[in-house]
Amino acid sequence: MPRLDSTGYTVMFATGVSVACALLVASAAVGLRDRQEVNAQLYKQKNVLLAASLVKPGQAVSSAEVQAIFDRSIRVRAVDLKTGQLLPEDKFDAKGYDQRKARNDPAQSRAAPANDAQVARLPNYGTVYQVQGADQRVEQLVLPIEGMGMWGTVYGFLSLDRDGNTVRGLTFYEQKETPGLGGEIANPKWQALWVGRKAYDASWAPQLAVIKGQAGPPQNDPHHVDGLSGATITSNGITRVVRFWLSDQGYAPYLKTVRGQEKS
Amino acid sequence: MSRNPTPFGKKERAALLDPVIAVNPIAVQVLGICSALAVTTRMDKALVMGIGVTLVTALANLAVSLVRNHTPGSIRIIVQLAIIASLVIVVDQVLKATLYELSLELSVFVGLIITNCIVMGRAEGFAMQNPPWISFLDGIGNGLGYAVILLIVGFVRELTGAGTVFGVEVLRLTKNGGWYEPNGLMLLAPSGLFLIALIIWALRTWKPELQEKD
Amino acid sequence: MEHYLNIAIRSIFLENMALAFFLGMCSFLACSKKVETAIGLGAAVVFVQTLTVPLNNLILVHLLSEGALGWVSPSLAKVDLTFLAFILFIGTIAAAVQVVEMAVDRFLPGLYTTLGVFLPLIAVNCVILGGSLFMQERNYTLGESVVFGFGSGFGFMIAIVAIAAIREKMAYSDVPAGLRGLGITFVVAGLMSVAFMMFSGIQL
Repeated sequence: MPRLDSTGYTVMFATGVSVACALLVASAAVGLRDRQEVNAQLYKQKNVLLAASLVKPGQAVSSAEVQAIFDRSIRVRAVDLKTGQLLPEDKFDAKGYDQRKARNDPAQSRAAPANDAQVARLPNYGTVYQVQGADQRVEQLVLPIEGMGMWGTVYGFLSLDRDGNTVRGLTFYEQKETPGLGGEIANPKWQALWVGRKAYDASWAPQLAVIKGQAGPPQNDPHHVDGLSGATITSNGITRVVRFWLSDQGYAPYLKTVRGQEKS
Repeated sequence: MSRNPTPFGKKERAALLDPVIAVNPIAVQVLGICSALAVTTRMDKALVMGIGVTLVTALANLAVSLVRNHTPGSIRIIVQLAIIASLVIVVDQVLKATLYELSLELSVFVGLIITNCIVMGRAEGFAMQNPPWISFLDGIGNGLGYAVILLIVGFVRELTGAGTVFGVEVLRLTKNGGWYEPNGLMLLAPSGLFLIALIIWALRTWKPELQEKD
Repeated sequence: MEHYLNIAIRSIFLENMALAFFLGMCSFLACSKKVETAIGLGAAVVFVQTLTVPLNNLILVHLLSEGALGWVSPSLAKVDLTFLAFILFIGTIAAAVQVVEMAVDRFLPGLYTTLGVFLPLIAVNCVILGGSLFMQERNYTLGESVVFGFGSGFGFMIAIVAIAAIREKMAYSDVPAGLRGLGITFVVAGLMSVAFMMFSGIQL
């Protein structure tokens, strides 16, 4: 029995423990990786469907159903944020494109101009989820949005009608706001208050805002949404995030082309 | 002397049940406070963390105890850390693969199980000196004691702060058309500290031998 | 420059590791009986934190992230080792603490004796690992990691020295028997945390 304190034994023991731990960890990570990726993918898809009101909040949908509805109704496209032009489907794989990863990759992104939503980098291409109706016509556009809330970055989807102006839905699928206060941005009842509001005013400037107190019904108060009590900072953050992505730095160039097509 | 320890003899039962109240890790040993405060805003988060810590403490105790007679003294802390860290990674991976949405909310705090004083404390303080089975039981006992406190605090905070228990509406909130105005302080972190102070006060009044002598 | 100042102020006051996130509570409660000990521990935490957060950032960016291993050989460019982050972070931290321990023992032997067992316990202090985990989550650059490391450590130091000062003053207060010691410390910590929330209204 080798001496417990000898250097040789210590090194051997340490190596043994390291190998055992490494095997345990690696097999768990590799073995579960596929399931995790499927989960992440499904979660995102479910949120796109929630924003587009194709799935109701609290509705019990199986993963297979989410996948089916998504494949049936959503056409994933990529758009050049600067020019607003959609990228042709045969030239660019929009479904496989990960906007968040691209945003961190210097080769696929650029530094964002100074903005108050604290968006640091902009990917060159943004994802657009076109929601198709029964006649293959595009009914809604679901746009990914992200920016600084109070405690951290919030990630969500904003769904606009094909007129490029009326809000059809909003979800936040990742946020670190205070539960019960700022965290209410994930509450479907509050998200429902956005439906029917108008994103832009007559001169096409982004006007959506979360105000303090209650807003009137969409006909009277087209740009305002009820504030979250006790969550002023989060509310202001959401206003800035939404307005940023509706501005020329975000999806406005693309929405302009959509409006042009609508008129014709 | 070679007494064959029975699987659930007196010592074993003590190892399993004492930490749940009498020697509770949070209220008495003052270990594992960090995560107790942050994850108790909702009971489902508290339950998952409680289960996670129980699993890790029990398995880590078991592993450390199995190799205790072969571990060189100079590297024993690092060996314990390596075992604990590996187990936590596995728990984290399993969570991501099964309860994905919950794992997003628990992200940083699952990783912090590694530095949870309970796990290290029991590994170094108990498992290094005791046989595997009783160490395993001790791990479960301490994990359960931790989970009990988490669930109590989580229950109070979720009920008074949001009117729900495990997400099920119990007190109808005014913003949903009911009567209960939720107590915002309960959703903020300091309330966890106040609640644990109250639990400690109650425990030490019930068992005066736990009070600190000046 | 303003951006770094922003991170520093946020990590010291608005997002104080001890009073907003409740990390490092164990040593926060155990080492705060005397101001001297608190200062010593706080300083050690600042040092270790400023050292380990940037180091872990380098490890994350150049070894673990997907595509990071490209510099070793192109065939490894697709490998994603982020699941090893926990273990490597804690490894760096343990090593850094070992170095700090040896340095303190050599140059400040008085402090070494005062801190006793709590110096090596910094390795399992939630603040240190938490700092690295937050750095990973927020995708900080190297510069931001240095500032964040220093800021979060310094915020912890301010918190622990403050509560030690309060506890020293409370030695003459008439605290109910069941609350004496640990219980009243929790209450004070809770009140301090509420007080620190005033910082969250600051717009930077």
